[in-house]
Amino acid sequence: MAVAQRKQEATEARLSAMAVPEGGAWITEARGAALARLREMGLPERRDEYWRFTRPDTLNQHEAPVADTLDTQEAPLFDGFERIKVVFVDGVFDADLSDDLSGEGLSIERLAEAAQSDIHWARDVYGMLEAAGQDPVQRPFAAMNSAFATDGVVIRVTGKVERPVSLIYKHASDVSDAILHHVIRVEEGAELTLLENGPAAARFNKLMEIDVADTGAFHHVRAQGRDHERRAVTHMFARLGTESVFKSFTTTVNGVLTRNECVIELTGDDAIAHVAGAALGDGDFHHDDTVFITHDAVNCESRQVFKKVLRNGATGVFQGKILVKPGAQKTDGYQISQSLLLDDDSQFLAKPELEIYADDVACSHGSTSGAIDEDALFYLRARGIPKDIATDLLTLSFLAEAVEEIEREDLRDEIIGRLEGWLERRRG
Amino acid sequence: MLEIKGLKVKLEEEDKQILKGVDLKVEAGKVHAIMGPNGSGKSTLSYVLSGKDGYEVTGGEASLEGEDLLEMEPEERAAAGMFLAFQYPVEIPGVGNMTFLRTAVNAQRKARGEEEMSAAEFLKEVRAKAKSLKIDADMLKRPVNVGFSGGEKKRNEILQMALLEPKMCILDETDSGLDVDAMKLVSEGVNALRDAGRGFLVITHYQRLLDHIKPDVVHIMADGRIVKTGGPELALEVEQNGYADILAEVA
Ligand SMILES: Nc1ncnc2c1ncn2[C@@H]1O[C@H](COP(=O)(O)OP(=O)(O)OP(=O)(O)O)[C@@H](O)[C@H]1O
Ligand SMILES: [Mg+2]
Repeated sequence: MAVAQRKQEATEARLSAMAVPEGGAWITEARGAALARLREMGLPERRDEYWRFTRPDTLNQHEAPVADTLDTQEAPLFDGFERIKVVFVDGVFDADLSDDLSGEGLSIERLAEAAQSDIHWARDVYGMLEAAGQDPVQRPFAAMNSAFATDGVVIRVTGKVERPVSLIYKHASDVSDAILHHVIRVEEGAELTLLENGPAAARFNKLMEIDVADTGAFHHVRAQGRDHERRAVTHMFARLGTESVFKSFTTTVNGVLTRNECVIELTGDDAIAHVAGAALGDGDFHHDDTVFITHDAVNCESRQVFKKVLRNGATGVFQGKILVKPGAQKTDGYQISQSLLLDDDSQFLAKPELEIYADDVACSHGSTSGAIDEDALFYLRARGIPKDIATDLLTLSFLAEAVEEIEREDLRDEIIGRLEGWLERRRG
Repeated sequence: MLEIKGLKVKLEEEDKQILKGVDLKVEAGKVHAIMGPNGSGKSTLSYVLSGKDGYEVTGGEASLEGEDLLEMEPEERAAAGMFLAFQYPVEIPGVGNMTFLRTAVNAQRKARGEEEMSAAEFLKEVRAKAKSLKIDADMLKRPVNVGFSGGEKKRNEILQMALLEPKMCILDETDSGLDVDAMKLVSEGVNALRDAGRGFLVITHYQRLLDHIKPDVVHIMADGRIVKTGGPELALEVEQNGYADILAEVA
């Protein structure tokens, strides 16, 4: 088996340059298991089914490709919001820049600390949701993350927490290669809003496991930093209990390579999962959303809304799946992925999939790729709006369906303001 | 104000001549009406004057206050004072009506080197003008024309006209889809804008609109040309007898 052997050799070569961090008994076991998983599956290759559209080589190579940090004058995102700031610089927690990590109904610990203890509640989640999400599609960078992550946060939510937890990823070194792993457990009836923003590192591997108990709610708004040359591979693995809610939105502007995977398992009846993304790509931009939602309970709702605006040779990828297991009746599954191509050089590659083993379900999916609506453009211009501004208005309107997935109005406005500002500066 | 001489237009994509030499002159302060059978080229004329893609001018000229319109981008024509109330206003999901209106007003002001309007100033202005057209706050908040009824769309066109205060207003079948009361509202909106410095070109199939907006001159367009020009009585003649007599007479 030449292929398997080559893959194994490449994987071993890469692993030889990495060290599993030290820790207490529970995490050492989890890391060991993750490493074994990674060895078993090997690092991804172009020919792997879910890597056909996205080249994994720069993610595989030993050292992170150099990525300059972008100097912007604009105010940091979510500035002025009441929140608990947790700051990482090149993937390392920075206590001085962070707020006091305590809040009512909430416990936040550094992974590095939680990892020292011999026993911890996070043992039931860390690497566990990731491992469960490896079947039927393998996600080697997730296993790599569970094995090698040195930092991150471990959050347990026991009440309805108003103040969002805000993870901020600063990028300082142009060769930083960061691996972060977060674990979040939202207990029964509890609620958390998690914010994430920042370019993070030259190369960033981030994984988040989110365990939402019955009637818990998790809201997530993420803006991936705009450094042009940064690379990121991120995973979210979520397990949703009865009547729980999971809503995640991501906006991405710039970045030479971004692969965002989201794996959700609806395990309790009447649960809701929404994932949305709005990406703006210009030039050397490759953005990949790979989503897998499994319905394994009755009367659950899932929604995937992904929009990408691409120009000057930018590439967008969407691989989205809804799997409805036997017995998951009354499933309501919706998936839409759309791209707006502002020129002929840009491309959108989509692989929408439905796999249904229950008979009483309503699932729909659609994927489109199109140019700007000429009639709308003319209408705006006929009212005196210059072509570039009109194009930007239509760009925002195209993204609106995804942005509207953000439930909290102030957060939604913040994201819209960001997108507007970016487009405005781009117009010059 | 608006001067069109021997304007010939074909489709860009196919070999189809639509306007075959249109001559028309609208003076400031006057209301001209254009009537004519379906497919005679009325909307095409309005699109070509406002700069829509897809048409090729093969002859003739068109100017607004002496400025060559055909050389300008659509937004430049708008800033120069050209306005088209669309026969079919376009729905634009995701763009709020208010944002759209303010962007348009300020873009035109900027192009003319005038000061932009503040949000508060603009809001006051919109509210007053929307009220007289019975456009409620909800319609201002919603995305441009999305879910608007036919009549609401037309009223929204007139609101835009009232806010932009153009010099030359072309109304393409603004009466279609309007109920009797809306027709009155829209006509009042148009009449309120009539003044010595502004010209109107009203495209319509029915005399009823012209009862409210009294034209100075009526043109009949057929097969890409203005075939007859007269006073308001011409519209009454069309209303009573249709186009057959007129077309036979000029054939
Ligand atoms: N983009 C186009 N592609 C094909 N044919 C077109 C196009 N635009 C206009 N035409 C044709 O040109 C002719 C004139 O159309 P136009 O819309 O200008 O007519 P009109 O006088 O406004 O008609 P109506 O009274 O029905 O609104 C019609 O035969 C129409 O089909
Ligand atoms: Mg027409």
